Amino acid sequence: MWETVIGLEIHVQLSTESKLFSSASTDFGADQNTQASVIDLAMPGVLPVLNKNAVDMAVKFGLAVDAKIARKSIFARKNYFYPDLPKGYQISQYELPIVFDGKLDIYIDGTKKSVGITRAHLEEDAGKSIHDLYEDESAIDLNRAGTPLIEIVSEPDMRSSREAVTYLKKIHSIVKSLGISDGNMQEGSFRCDANISLRKPGDEFGTRAEIKNINSFKFVESAINYEAIRQRDILESGESVIQETRLYDPKKDETRPMRSKEEANDYRYFPDPDLLPVEISQEKIDKIKLTLPELPDDKKDRYKNNYGLKEDDAEILSLNSNLSTFFDESIKESDSNPQLVANFILSELVGLCNKHNIDISVATIKPSHISQLMNYIDQGKISSKQAKDILNELWAGKLDIDEIIRSKNIEQVSDTEILMKEAQKILEKHPKEVQDYKNGKDKLMGFFVGQIMKEMKGKANPKVLNEVLNKLLKE
Amino acid sequence: MNFKSVKEILTAIKNKDVSVIELTSNYLDKIKERDDELNCFITLTEELALNKARKIDEEIAKNKVRALSGLPIAQKDIFCTKNIKTSCGSKMLDNFVSPYNATVIEKLNNAGTIMLGKTNMDEFAMGSSNETSFYGPVKNPWDTEYVPGGSSGGSASAVAARISPCSTGTDTGGSIRQPASLCGICGLKPTYGRVSRYGMIAFASSLDQAGIFTTDALDAAILLKEMSGYDEKDSTSSSVEVPDYHSYCLSDTNHKYTVGIPEEFVKDLNDDVKKVFYDSVKVLEKVGCKIKTINLKYTSLGVSAYQVVAPAECSSNLSRFDGVRYGHRSDNSSDLENLYRESRSEGFGKEVKRRILVGTYALSAGYYDAYYLKAQKVRNLIANDFKDAFDQVDLIIGPTTPDKAFKIGEKMNDPIAMYLSDVYTVSTNLAGLPAMSIPMGFKENMPLGLQIIGNHFDEKNILKISHLYQQETDWHKREPGK
Repeated sequence: MWETVIGLEIHVQLSTESKLFSSASTDFGADQNTQASVIDLAMPGVLPVLNKNAVDMAVKFGLAVDAKIARKSIFARKNYFYPDLPKGYQISQYELPIVFDGKLDIYIDGTKKSVGITRAHLEEDAGKSIHDLYEDESAIDLNRAGTPLIEIVSEPDMRSSREAVTYLKKIHSIVKSLGISDGNMQEGSFRCDANISLRKPGDEFGTRAEIKNINSFKFVESAINYEAIRQRDILESGESVIQETRLYDPKKDETRPMRSKEEANDYRYFPDPDLLPVEISQEKIDKIKLTLPELPDDKKDRYKNNYGLKEDDAEILSLNSNLSTFFDESIKESDSNPQLVANFILSELVGLCNKHNIDISVATIKPSHISQLMNYIDQGKISSKQAKDILNELWAGKLDIDEIIRSKNIEQVSDTEILMKEAQKILEKHPKEVQDYKNGKDKLMGFFVGQIMKEMKGKANPKVLNEVLNKLLKE
Repeated sequence: MNFKSVKEILTAIKNKDVSVIELTSNYLDKIKERDDELNCFITLTEELALNKARKIDEEIAKNKVRALSGLPIAQKDIFCTKNIKTSCGSKMLDNFVSPYNATVIEKLNNAGTIMLGKTNMDEFAMGSSNETSFYGPVKNPWDTEYVPGGSSGGSASAVAARISPCSTGTDTGGSIRQPASLCGICGLKPTYGRVSRYGMIAFASSLDQAGIFTTDALDAAILLKEMSGYDEKDSTSSSVEVPDYHSYCLSDTNHKYTVGIPEEFVKDLNDDVKKVFYDSVKVLEKVGCKIKTINLKYTSLGVSAYQVVAPAECSSNLSRFDGVRYGHRSDNSSDLENLYRESRSEGFGKEVKRRILVGTYALSAGYYDAYYLKAQKVRNLIANDFKDAFDQVDLIIGPTTPDKAFKIGEKMNDPIAMYLSDVYTVSTNLAGLPAMSIPMGFKENMPLGLQIIGNHFDEKNILKISHLYQQETDWHKREPGK
């Protein structure tokens, strides 16, 4: 049997206001080349000036993954020619990265696994080359050039696409929790390269292929799965895997080699003489440590210990910071059992989000809606089935729950007196069934409930109705 | 109109003895008269200069006087000047008009100077003779068959010919001091980090430093103050306080300097240069200096280390000239690789290509340790050498160059001989130290320079000893053709 060995390099765009070495804005979506200063354009004579916020963010990340923070780290130039790299070199870190020697625990079916984090370094992003805009020419947009990134390099510690995706999701959740990245994968703020090789368990590592620039959790999973099968087929036919850089094509669900010209060459790294070494004092590190927010593992513990959530639900919520923020706000104003709130969010709301491919943070439904719905269920005002119907109405754009309840006339009747009257009417209509029930035919309870519901167009609160019926039938 | 110094000019303007417009026109006329022959200027900014001169005259009329109000100056074409062609002596940037000002330009503009034009230089500051310029060689005003030195040849020649009272230069391995020496004027390279590098087109970032050419030390003191200081746009610039160099030079504190002469700087000198040098040592003794022989034992390794570090950095610094966003783009480009290859092949001259190749090689995987890393180690040794020396002496002196100027064309086919003419200047760049060349005499009617090296940020004592020397000598007052 083959064992898949996976290491990930994750590029995370930091959410600083300005670029890593210039004062140009990093906002996404501006007109082409409007957010490139003379520094980003690599005009002759310009010099980089380090954005200190980016340094603090990298330190935050390091502290969140139990890593060491280099008291002195160095920026180096990575030299290569490409039109979207205006200087002809990328300023990155090579020999002395700012963060090194960390680790992250992931949980697979409740079992803990530690993934080593070799290093995380600061570097600037390149611009964008656009090849499909004009027929005979390529276009370059340098708005992204110089945007700060941290590149997080893992040890080859993962053994399945599932482990890889879980690790990736956890890193994603951490950078979002820390507030150091918006983690937006569509906009390229969070993307990853996967190194994949196969071996017989216990053997040395095999030759790896690197799959570049994958920008969704799903694609990471598919790309690894595809690559594992491709390499297995090669190895089983007695041939060798070639060390190369490949691209994943989601349309065809396959990986294929990059053209050799796009491949790595000799980058001629050397320390950038325009920048001083980055020195960070222990005091500074301690100060940043105090600002760390709750991280996914703490969050998971809180959900389990304080709210009694199930392991799986606590895990899912803690790995998605938008989801956990939504959940936290939902239970803040709700008296319901947190597990019921979690169930409702994870099954109903997440279902809708997935169906419409919308992130929960931008959905029109807000946590306050969920608290209100959960409270109404608790109070017996609506049933949980009705809550789902209302959720659909909310999703469709109506945003006042009381208004929906009125217009659909679906408010539950929980008033004991009303239900008592309705129940008496039905019981009087069916004396034979009442007798049978009293003789032990318990199943008839359902019949009575059904009849009353029919009469009341389903608006009776089942819980109260049951109590009322029990009381009446005992007489 | 014949002013002898920056100081005289500033005083005359302030006292309204001369109008700035008159003065500026006068220098522009001198340039037009002489520059066809000397080729000091790549661009003359006549209209701009006259406009600014009128503006300064208006200010003076209202008694608003800035530190350098009305001082005409020539700027080396390595400094980016907003809306003005900035060529760096290269075909690559022949069509480049900078969208911004270098910090040096900004500071000098704000101090009230009048830019006369942009001066000729070796292409991308790579050269010691000003023969690698795309715009042709600059001539030495003492004898136009001779080179003025380089890379700041245009700036040096212009001040020597008195067609500009002062000028800026840059010094990576001697590019201010060597032409100052060969042209018989003062050239000051400040401490690395003293003057902002922002907007100065980079050759070798860890060595480059902007400086000035003047006829005497006091003028250099006046200008240095205005150019210096921390710049938030240059992370390598220093926040060490900028003193008033000029009043320090004139202050009568009775300095008894201990001056070191490194054996390695004098042992191979020819007799003529040696005589001129030791005559100047006598002058220093006369003004109260104590002379001490010292050793800078790694001097001989300086040029080798320099010839690895400088090309390595330049190979990376010059990558941005790719024909994509600005500068020369080849018409013969069919695809991307071709665009790079043809634009760079056509845009760069021979010496620039040679250094890019050497530097690329030195940084390549497998060679990095043997060249770049080793050169950095030598650099540390040289720096420590100086550090030890400055424990014993206040200042270090020697000849700036091994010999007088050479003839145009003489060394162009012998790059090693050309590189060796930097033997006394490169080590101060490697150590980041300030140094100045001042006129110390002549050999066969061609000037020779005395180099004074100071400790980090000790420009004030370099300037002061130079001033003491110049009170006893008149070499700096000699003008070519007179």
